[in-house]
Amino acid sequence: MSRLKELARNEAGVPPLRGGHALCQGCGIPLVVRTVLNSIEGPVVVVNATGCLEVATTRFPTTAWNVPWLHVAFENAAAVASGIESAQRALRRRNALPDDQDVTVVTFAGDGGTYDIGLQALSGALERGHRFLFVCYDNEAYMNTGVQRSGATPFGAATTTSQVGDESFGKAQKRKDMTAIAIGHHVRYVAQAAASHWDDLSTKVERATAIDGPAFLNVLTDCPLGWGHEPRTSRRVLDSAVETCFWPLFEVSDGQYRLTYRPERRLPIEKWLDGQNRFAHLLRPENRPLVERIQKEVKSDWDSLLALCATDDSRRPR
Amino acid sequence: MNGPRLLTGGEAVAHAMRQAKPDVVPAYPITPQTPIIQAFAKFVASGATHAELIDVESEHSALSAAIGSALAGARTMTATSSQGLALMTEVVYIAASLRAPIVMAVGNRALSGPINIHCDHSDSMLVRDSGVIQLFAENAQEAYELILLATRLAEHPDVLLPVLVCLDGFTITHGAEPVTLLDDEVAAAFVGEYRIPHSVLDVRDPATYGPFAMPDYYYELRRAQAAASAAALEVFPSIAAELEPLCGRRYAPIEQYRLEGAERVLVALGSTCGTARDVVDELRAAGEAAGLLELTSYRPFPSRLVAAALAGADRVLVLDRADSPGGTPPLAAELAACLYGSGIELESHVYGLGGREIHPADLHEIFAGHAADYVGLRGDACRG
Repeated sequence: MSRLKELARNEAGVPPLRGGHALCQGCGIPLVVRTVLNSIEGPVVVVNATGCLEVATTRFPTTAWNVPWLHVAFENAAAVASGIESAQRALRRRNALPDDQDVTVVTFAGDGGTYDIGLQALSGALERGHRFLFVCYDNEAYMNTGVQRSGATPFGAATTTSQVGDESFGKAQKRKDMTAIAIGHHVRYVAQAAASHWDDLSTKVERATAIDGPAFLNVLTDCPLGWGHEPRTSRRVLDSAVETCFWPLFEVSDGQYRLTYRPERRLPIEKWLDGQNRFAHLLRPENRPLVERIQKEVKSDWDSLLALCATDDSRRPR
Repeated sequence: MNGPRLLTGGEAVAHAMRQAKPDVVPAYPITPQTPIIQAFAKFVASGATHAELIDVESEHSALSAAIGSALAGARTMTATSSQGLALMTEVVYIAASLRAPIVMAVGNRALSGPINIHCDHSDSMLVRDSGVIQLFAENAQEAYELILLATRLAEHPDVLLPVLVCLDGFTITHGAEPVTLLDDEVAAAFVGEYRIPHSVLDVRDPATYGPFAMPDYYYELRRAQAAASAAALEVFPSIAAELEPLCGRRYAPIEQYRLEGAERVLVALGSTCGTARDVVDELRAAGEAAGLLELTSYRPFPSRLVAAALAGADRVLVLDRADSPGGTPPLAAELAACLYGSGIELESHVYGLGGREIHPADLHEIFAGHAADYVGLRGDACRG
C-alpha cells in the first residue's frame, strides 16, 4: 500500500489535474490522468490530443492543469511530443536548460486519437524512438462527438454510427488490436491496463518512464454515457472487462510478455456485456450466436496471450 | 564578406539555416523542397551545425513537431512544397494561432491534380488566410537573405508567427546562381539567440497552450492574431535596415522597380519578377512608361504601400501564378481591393500553372494589352 500513499501524497500537493473540470460523473479519464501523472516523480509536460480530456479541462480562459500542457490537434499528439522531446535534447546539449531538469513528456489521447486518426503520427514517433510516454485512454468510441464507432469499438457494440435495427446488430467488425500494433514497433515497453486497476497502472507507468525510449500504455477507460452504465458502476464494469479476459492486463518489456494480473477463473463474457446499454441487444435470445462468437474470440485471444506470456510471474509478490 | 559562389536556391536556403542554427528541424521529403533538407542534413552530418533532425512520417507531423519544438524554446525550421503544404494546412493555421515562430521554406509547386512537380503558387495561396507570414524570393540570393530576415521577423516579440519563405520550385530551388553568403559569425550575430516569452518546458511556471475557446473568446483571440500579422509590417523595415549594411540590399514588403512616372505597372510574385525587370528595361529604353511592383511580403499584404506605389499608374497588370476557379485569382483580388475607388484600371492574368514557362514576349504582350486572361495556354489542347 505504500504506492497508494505515494499517489495520495502527490495528489495532496499541487495536483497535476485539479477538480472543477467538465468531465462527466463516473468518467474514467481523470482517474487515468491522475494515476499516471501522480506515478511520475519529477516534472512532466502533457501533450493532449483533441478529445474529451482536452475540451473538458481547458475552456479558455480557465484551465484544470497545474502542469505544462499543450494541445495542437486531433491526429498529431505523438508528433507534437516528438518536437518537445527533441527540443529538450537540443537545449540540453547547448546547456540552455537547468541542469536538474529532466521533463517527462506524457501524451494523452483517446482511442480515436490513437487507433484511428492518430495512428500515423503515433507510429512514426514510436519508430523514431523518442523518449516519451503515450497513454491511450481507450473508451472504445468517439465519445466527445457523441458516441460514434471507432477502430476500438468492440464487435456488436451499438454506437450512433453502428446502430441496432432490423438490418444491424451494432458494430459488425472486431476491434483493432492497438496494443499489438504498438508492440510491432519494437518499442521497449508496451502495456495494457485498466482505469479500475490503479495499482497495476501505476506500476506500469513507473516501468514505462524508466526506459530510454518510447513507451505505450493502452488503458481501458469507461464512459458511462457511451457505454450506457450508471456512473457509480464504473469500477464494476471495468472489472468485468478484466475478469472475463476481454481486456487482459499485461506488459511487454524488451520483448518479454508478462501477465500482470490473472483472474482466478475466467468469467463468462456475459458478465462484461451485461449492465452496458450498448450491448443490451446482444443478450436477447436471437443474438445468442453473436455472444457465442464473442466468447469464442475472447477465449482464443486469451489463449494466444497466455502462450506469449511464457514467463508468467503475475502471482509472484512484487 | 565572401565572394559569390555557385549555389542552387535550395543550397542557399540550407546555408542560411546552417548559419541561423536551428535546434530542431523536422522535415519530410517532397520535390522540389528535398534538396534543402538534404543539404542541411549534410551540414549536420559533417558537424557544420548541430540540430535535431526529426525524420517525420508526414508533413502534417513535420509542422506538428515543429510547433512542439518551437514552443519548448528551441529555434525550429522546416521546409515543404505543394501537397506537403496542403497536408499540413490544418497545422499551419494552428501554428499561427499558437504563435509559434517557425521558419519554413516553401519550394513553390503546383497542387494536384493532375499531379505535377513544377512551379506555381497554388500551394502558398492555399494558406493565405492562415495567419502565417509569407515572403516571396525572386532568386537564390533573396531566398538566402530572406531566411535570415524571416528568422528575426518570426521571433520578434510583437510578431511571434510562422514565416514561410517562398521560392519558386526548380526555377529557384534547383537553379544555380552566384550567391554571396554572409560570414557565419555575421549571420549568427544578425539572427541572434532564440527567445520566446514563455516555454512549454517551463515547469516552474506551467501554462496551458492550445486550449478550447468558445464563442465568448474565440473571436478576440483571432483578432489578436490579425494584429500580430499587421505588426510584422511595422517591424519589417527596422529588421531590413539592420540587414542592409551586411548584405548591401534593402529589403522591404514591396520592391518598386522603375515606378517613377510609370503608367503601366506589372504586379507579380517570385522569380517572374526577374524576367519582368528585363522587359521593363526594354520598354523604358523604347520610351514607354512601364514599371514593376514586386511583392516580397504577400502576407501580411502591404495594402497601403501598394496603393501608394501605384497611385500614379493608369493601368495595373496583375500576374497570378495560381487560379481561383469560379472566382478571382488571389493576387488580382487583393489588388482590386487596394485600388478600389482609385480609378486605376486593373487587368488580371493567370500564367505559368504547373511550371508552364513565361517568356519576355508574353510580358510584352501583357504590357501591350494584347494578352489573354490565361497567358501561355496552348491553343491546341483542353477543348471541351
